[in-house]
Amino acid sequence: MLRRVPWGGLYFLVLTAFLYAPILLLIVFSFNDSILLTFPLRGFTLRWYQALFEADALLGSVVNSLMVGVASSLVATVLGTMAAIGVVRFRFPGRDAFLALAGVPLVIPAIVLGVALLILFRQLVDVQLSLWTIGLGHVVINIPIAMLIVASRLIGFEDNLEEAAMDLGAGFWETQWRVTLPMSLPALLAAFLTCFTTSFDEYAMSVFLAGTDPTLPIYLYSQLRFPRRLPHVVTLTAVLMTLSIGVLFVAEWLRRSGERTSTAPEVTA
Amino acid sequence: MAPPSLWLVLLLVMPVVTMVLFTFRAGSFGQAAQQFTLNNYAAFLQNQPFQSLLARSAGVAAIVALLSVVLAYPVAYYLSFSAGSRRFTLLTLIIIPAWTSYLLRVLAWKIILGSGGVLNTVLASLGLAADLGSLFLYNRTAVIITLVYTWIPFVALPIYAALERIEPSLFEAARDLGARPWNAFLRVTLPLSLPGVIAGFLFVFIPTVGEYVTPALVGGPRGIMYGNLVQDQFLNALNWPMGSVMSLAMLLGVLLPILLFSRFVRLTELAGL
Repeated sequence: MLRRVPWGGLYFLVLTAFLYAPILLLIVFSFNDSILLTFPLRGFTLRWYQALFEADALLGSVVNSLMVGVASSLVATVLGTMAAIGVVRFRFPGRDAFLALAGVPLVIPAIVLGVALLILFRQLVDVQLSLWTIGLGHVVINIPIAMLIVASRLIGFEDNLEEAAMDLGAGFWETQWRVTLPMSLPALLAAFLTCFTTSFDEYAMSVFLAGTDPTLPIYLYSQLRFPRRLPHVVTLTAVLMTLSIGVLFVAEWLRRSGERTSTAPEVTA
Repeated sequence: MAPPSLWLVLLLVMPVVTMVLFTFRAGSFGQAAQQFTLNNYAAFLQNQPFQSLLARSAGVAAIVALLSVVLAYPVAYYLSFSAGSRRFTLLTLIIIPAWTSYLLRVLAWKIILGSGGVLNTVLASLGLAADLGSLFLYNRTAVIITLVYTWIPFVALPIYAALERIEPSLFEAARDLGARPWNAFLRVTLPLSLPGVIAGFLFVFIPTVGEYVTPALVGGPRGIMYGNLVQDQFLNALNWPMGSVMSLAMLLGVLLPILLFSRFVRLTELAGL
């Protein structure tokens, strides 16, 4: 500890308010009795929430996003975990090259990855664009996220636990299954949930890979041009934001509960 | 290691290679998609507006990244040094907005800056100005504000991580050797947190160079960015070879030099690998 920062707490409050105000604004408008998203407010209503249940196309896109999100996050978590075990526990030729490659999806502009995959799917292998092609792309951007989250957990506990297991006669795979996996489980869940949130919100790349079935962000974007539909969109967002904040709390709690038992440095995705 | 490597080679390396090969094609479909040509490169090099918009987009991305770092640094500093045991909770609090719908957060800024929006209403009620309509919307400033807003939480993370890794005894040493707080910050804390600052800057700068969603929603004609032109080549003009050249120009002209310079973002160092 160096010293107290006199203005630090105040600045933190101001910045937090700045981050939350626009979100709260949308929630306010989800209860506003007007088709227009402008001030002054017109009074309280729940009709947008009622209308939500009849918005079939909207709900259909939510289901699509759930499917893509769950499937792609499962694959990304498995692949990211394999990558994490590999880079944390082993020194192998090409390790640095692999780390560099695995980091690329974190920094490549989404539009470049989107158009590159589009050309691959349509010109090289001729695959019809669908939710599948979106999911394949989501796995690519989620592999490094899952890898970093799981790797930070693996660094966190000493590998002498694994050595102990092997000294006691467990083989490599048995050690992974009975020692490494249970200890990493919170990190695996956190990785899955973080990947899911990323997938559920991805638009900039997905729009190039979408067939006729839209994911939620793609559907949302198509609705932004029609002011009459905006209240539905805003209302759905209010619901989803509440849900995703809930999911995120669980993910963070899992990650922290894993880290509390270790002295691992903080890791970012 | 094989399955993740295979996935990344097939669905990251292959697409980029295919895109590069496609820059030499005469057209997007059919016969023309088989013909070799260098015309796309010639067309790009002769297209002054494309190039200047790429440069301006890089400028916007640099401003956005710089503002995000400057605004996020004090928060990371506060969390790391003053927040005590509540730091994890407070850090989570900062991150949560980043995981809510990106499109809708942009929409929120449209409501804030637009006609009949928050800013206009506040100004009008203070008697400072009548409703100025869309004065604050559909320009480059609106794009920058919205992007900085969406990026701040992502920047706070790597800076916080870098601050957390600094050996606390170094602060004591600086103080014992007579450094005043501000001096200790400039000569100990700031330099040691630079890896996090650089990582945060690049995490914002690189994706923002290719950004097209926010400019399309709040930028208007004056606020469009290079990414909008690329998207247009693929989804409207259907000139995929030209779009590929433009994507490649962005990668080679802006991003590759930065990545080489930064020795790949020190991503691995950040993760402690």
